[in-house]
Amino acid sequence: MPENKYKICFPHMGNYYPAFLTLAEVLTCEIVPTPPISKRTIELGFKNSPESVCIPFKYNLGNYIEALDKGANIILQAGGGCRFGYYAEVQEAILKSLGYKFELLKLNNSLNPLKITKEFKRFNPNLTMAKFAYTFSLAYQKARWIEQFEEKIRLNIGFEVNPGEYEKLFKKFLKDLVEARKISLVRRLGREYREKFGAIPIDKPKNPLRVGLVGELYVVMEPFSNFDIEKKLGKRGIEVHRFVTISNIINDFFLGQRPIKHWLRDAKPYLKYHIGAHGSESVAVAHKLAKDGFDGLIHVKPFGCMPEVNAMTALHRVSRDYKFPIIYFSFDSQTSETGINTRLEAFYDMLVMKRKKK
Amino acid sequence: MKKQITIGIPKALLYYKYFELWKVFFEQLGCKIIVSPDTNLAILKSGLNLAVDESCLAIKIFLGHVEFLKDKVDFVFLPRIVSLHKGEQACTKFLGLYDTVNNTFPNINILEYNVDVPNGLTEQRELIRAGQKVEKSYFKVARAYQAARKAYLKSLDDKVREQANLLETDSDLKILIVAHPYTIYDSLAGQNISKFLNKENVTLLYSDCFDQKISHKLGGEISKDLYWTYNKEFLGAIELCKDKVDGLIYAMSFPCGPDALVIDFAQKVYKTIPSLVLTIDELQGEAGLMTRLESFVDILRLKNKKKNAGK
Repeated sequence: MPENKYKICFPHMGNYYPAFLTLAEVLTCEIVPTPPISKRTIELGFKNSPESVCIPFKYNLGNYIEALDKGANIILQAGGGCRFGYYAEVQEAILKSLGYKFELLKLNNSLNPLKITKEFKRFNPNLTMAKFAYTFSLAYQKARWIEQFEEKIRLNIGFEVNPGEYEKLFKKFLKDLVEARKISLVRRLGREYREKFGAIPIDKPKNPLRVGLVGELYVVMEPFSNFDIEKKLGKRGIEVHRFVTISNIINDFFLGQRPIKHWLRDAKPYLKYHIGAHGSESVAVAHKLAKDGFDGLIHVKPFGCMPEVNAMTALHRVSRDYKFPIIYFSFDSQTSETGINTRLEAFYDMLVMKRKKK
Repeated sequence: MKKQITIGIPKALLYYKYFELWKVFFEQLGCKIIVSPDTNLAILKSGLNLAVDESCLAIKIFLGHVEFLKDKVDFVFLPRIVSLHKGEQACTKFLGLYDTVNNTFPNINILEYNVDVPNGLTEQRELIRAGQKVEKSYFKVARAYQAARKAYLKSLDDKVREQANLLETDSDLKILIVAHPYTIYDSLAGQNISKFLNKENVTLLYSDCFDQKISHKLGGEISKDLYWTYNKEFLGAIELCKDKVDGLIYAMSFPCGPDALVIDFAQKVYKTIPSLVLTIDELQGEAGLMTRLESFVDILRLKNKKKNAGK
């Protein structure tokens, strides 16, 4: 239903494409589908980014270049946290110097709904606040369902009776979700798929290995950037627990009612102050999992991520105090998948041996 | 007689910005101040061993200084600066500085002050709170703060005036160094750059020696989204003297988060001024650095010669 001359594009992150798509649809303009992240995306991103910026910047930039090449003329960028808030302006400068013509729809550094609506109104004057609020909650609902099934997969993928069923069903769900344009429809679809996911036969031992996954948001959530670490672990028969999701972040801002608050309080001996972006949460979750007797923890971050580096000193101490194995991964352009696999394998073997000793 | 309390101040990070303030403050309170020596190889090495590999050079050096001080003093003094202006932030490493140090050295006595202006934690309030740990009387501490603030502002004024004079002097080559003070003034990290350039008879200007109010405001005009206070001053400093200098040297420690973005942005905005980006790390590859500096100076001199010949 294109009504105006704009063509919007937005970067990828994890499986949230249907949710972002809903948000972009509110502009009633053409949507240029961003090509999925590939080797080429990354090369483009790295070539044109400042050298020591963190990788989400580079991935986003690669996404933009590919979408702009396909004819987009508005790009959507959010912001907040550590360096993320300054991405938009620098990316704009870089893309403009490359000769692209476009406008930027920025959602950064302000959570004021009025301001956000105003920003969207620039591109669609007919937009009303009510319509925007509806779309936003629709996108939020979609994100919630996506996360719910992702979690199911994380916890159970290693125990499927017929390997591959979960992934197949999940792909189908994402496809159907794109078409759902009403909250009631999304709800119905979600319930329907919840049953389908529940019906998949699994063979799970009583007490499987459990590890947590914490770290910087983008790298945690975008499987391409972390070499699909979740699935690699899951398929070995490990329950992977992760607490970073988009809806959690939104809840944090608007509602502030998550258990993480208590966990942060519990982790006081390790953190007196807030250490920036999601660093404190990483430590709080690590501390909680260590206390709960999890088998291990994986900490991922882009190279040079400041809040997570701050968190690492505290994590070292948690690890020492609770005899809690933590493995650290840091991702950049030069990170090789083989290296990650080897370290992951060694970590897995160590966890199994530790279990046996008990 | 009451035992005199010794306060250790690591000669790294914000030492280069606020030392005058801290020194007068604690002297007024009757404390003994021990400042760690200039960064040397031993300090760097112990810092490297203590820090997370990926933290920036400045943090590594800082931890080395703390290690040097921690057994010699009653308190190690350090600032935690979150935000100095509404809607702005200091670099993330200053947010985590307290916890980084506290977790690296489990049994350390830290005296910190926590500045977060938008949340009501002003420098005055927080320094006085910190001061009350060594001196109970509020009035004495408040008076010490007033004196310290005055001395600090005066030292800033002197710096600004000196630089303003330098900017107006006649010299064949003027270069603005855009860098955090803790990078460029550090005896191991950045001082070699200024030493070398001084030897080459270059007039050097530093981005932190401008009136901070002005450079801060200008920086905000150039980049609307920028929220790192110290980096705003970078942009403002370049704007202030863009017509008066022959070249820019950006010196950043590796890996510096804000600088990575801001320097790239600045290079895009000030395309016409010749610039050189130097990344300083702990590996001390001095020869390479000097060669690059030398050729940069040569090019600028050649350019000037051509310009003058054309007149």
